Amino acid sequence: MEKIIAQKTVQVNEEGYLTNFAEWNKEIGEEIAKENNIVLSPKHWEVINYVQNEFKNEVPLTIRKIGKSGVVDIKEFYALFPVGPLKTATKIAGIPKPAGCI
Amino acid sequence: MKRLVILGAGTAGTMMANHLHHKLNRKEWTIDVVDERTEHHYQPGYLFLPFDIYKPEDIIKSIKDFIPSDVNLITKKIDRIVAADNYIQMAGGDQLHYDLLIIATGAKIAPEETEGMNGAEWQHSVFDFYTFEGALALRNKLRDWQGGNLVIHITEMPIKCPVAPLEFAFLADSYFQHKKMRDKVNITYVTPLSGAFTKPKSTAALEHLLEEKNISIESDFAISEVDNENKTIVDYGGKVIPFDLLVTVPTNKGDELIARSGLGDDLNYVPTNKETLQSKDHANIFVIGDATNVPASKAGSVAHFEADILTENILHFIKSESLSATFDGHANCFIETGNSKALLIDFNYTHEPVDGMFPFAGVGPLQLLKESKMNHWGKLAFRWIYWNVLLKGTPIPFVSANMSTAGKHFN
Ligand SMILES: Cc1cc2nc3c(=O)[nH]c(=O)nc-3n(C[C@H](O)[C@H](O)[C@H](O)COP(=O)(O)OP(=O)(O)OC[C@H]3O[C@@H](n4cnc5c(N)ncnc54)[C@H](O)[C@@H]3O)c2cc1C
Repeated sequence: MEKIIAQKTVQVNEEGYLTNFAEWNKEIGEEIAKENNIVLSPKHWEVINYVQNEFKNEVPLTIRKIGKSGVVDIKEFYALFPVGPLKTATKIAGIPKPAGCI
Repeated sequence: MKRLVILGAGTAGTMMANHLHHKLNRKEWTIDVVDERTEHHYQPGYLFLPFDIYKPEDIIKSIKDFIPSDVNLITKKIDRIVAADNYIQMAGGDQLHYDLLIIATGAKIAPEETEGMNGAEWQHSVFDFYTFEGALALRNKLRDWQGGNLVIHITEMPIKCPVAPLEFAFLADSYFQHKKMRDKVNITYVTPLSGAFTKPKSTAALEHLLEEKNISIESDFAISEVDNENKTIVDYGGKVIPFDLLVTVPTNKGDELIARSGLGDDLNYVPTNKETLQSKDHANIFVIGDATNVPASKAGSVAHFEADILTENILHFIKSESLSATFDGHANCFIETGNSKALLIDFNYTHEPVDGMFPFAGVGPLQLLKESKMNHWGKLAFRWIYWNVLLKGTPIPFVSANMSTAGKHFN
């Protein structure tokens, strides 16, 4: 479905995740963060850049990966994105919600 | 003579030995299989051991009974693979050269990954059922447990047989009913996922069953520690869940030998082409079963389907042909739901489990994603099929390596 975020029309799924990363920009990220009551600091952006890179490299994301990324440890990750950090960070980053393999 | 070496004589390694011993030209190739153990365990049976449904002797046989006599079985611990020079370093000091290598060393639990997990309460009130020792200790505990908070917990994904913890919850519900003490037990299912399972349709079906059985679910729980003193599990977000009996599935990892060989990712899984099953780093190394990092379930059924594909590709590789057989991620799992019922799911990399009939469209006899007694008999029959059909590499009638979409209700 379509949604207008930060004055741009983008494709999202039922849960509000962008379905086409090419449509993402920083303003969209900031807008989604605001919806989740998060104001993005430089540290947030480091994490967002990291998850976007992992996505581009097709590496499945897990909390463990983030904890070992060298960007943040898991405690800091939770402090930055308090509720469901991986789900929130990926949503802001405009990439799919990590499935957790089956 | 050229040498093909298979590392691991579990589900996948045994199937590959059985496939290849009559597919390879034995005037040119010798086949060796290396495993440190002498016993082959039917791991799906670990689920039933705690509830006194299976006995230890139902699930343990000798590895050598399943390895063809023209294949050399070497009972040794593997220290490392030296991929640059094509040889295996055994723990005792021996070396074994290979021309072609198949890694099938599986995955195992690593409770030490979580703070406090194998602490003072380990095997007192904190148990696993992913090992024989764990399942047996848990059986003894359950036999005279008086009730309280039973917490069934998954540490992180991926794990072997991702539905096994749910099945444990369902079987526990039915076990305590039969012991006439269900009212004394609160069952909570704790998962790092956002719901009971990963894909929408099966999640809905399974959450419905949890509710029906009065099992509460705590999702998005990323454990930071087991607090042995207060008997609680704590997550990074600060959530605290008390337990009297914790049945946890610790982090699963590939064997340490993969790390020692420098061939694994952060969980010791070997980066593997998800279609051809060739290792991403070394052309003469192939990987199968739980040891790979492919995004398929870590299940015996998956290893079985992979074995067909891998056999073809090994033959292509030997003839210097392109690796044209491609694996689609096919998995087929029965999910025990208690009270002699089960449900069945069939899916692959791109198709989520849905409802319908299996293996014959419109006819069944097995129903997908619905509880039935027939599916339960299917699950129990699986043990016989495992020992007598799967390990020998014989195809299961009517079930193909790649998934069929016939008879399934996709939207
Ligand atoms: C509780 C439970 C329930 C399950 N239920 C199901 C189910 O219902 N259906 C299903 O399809 N699957 C199920 N599975 C999963 C299934 O058992 C595995 O996916 C399957 O056994 C994987 O086969 P494998 O050959 O990759 O690994 P394994 O069968 O584990 O074999 C690995 C072998 O490698 C050997 N090895 C490892 N490291 C070394 C070393 N350093 N030196 C020498 N030898 C070594 C080990 O000794 C072992 O024999 C279940 C698993 C568990 C734990």
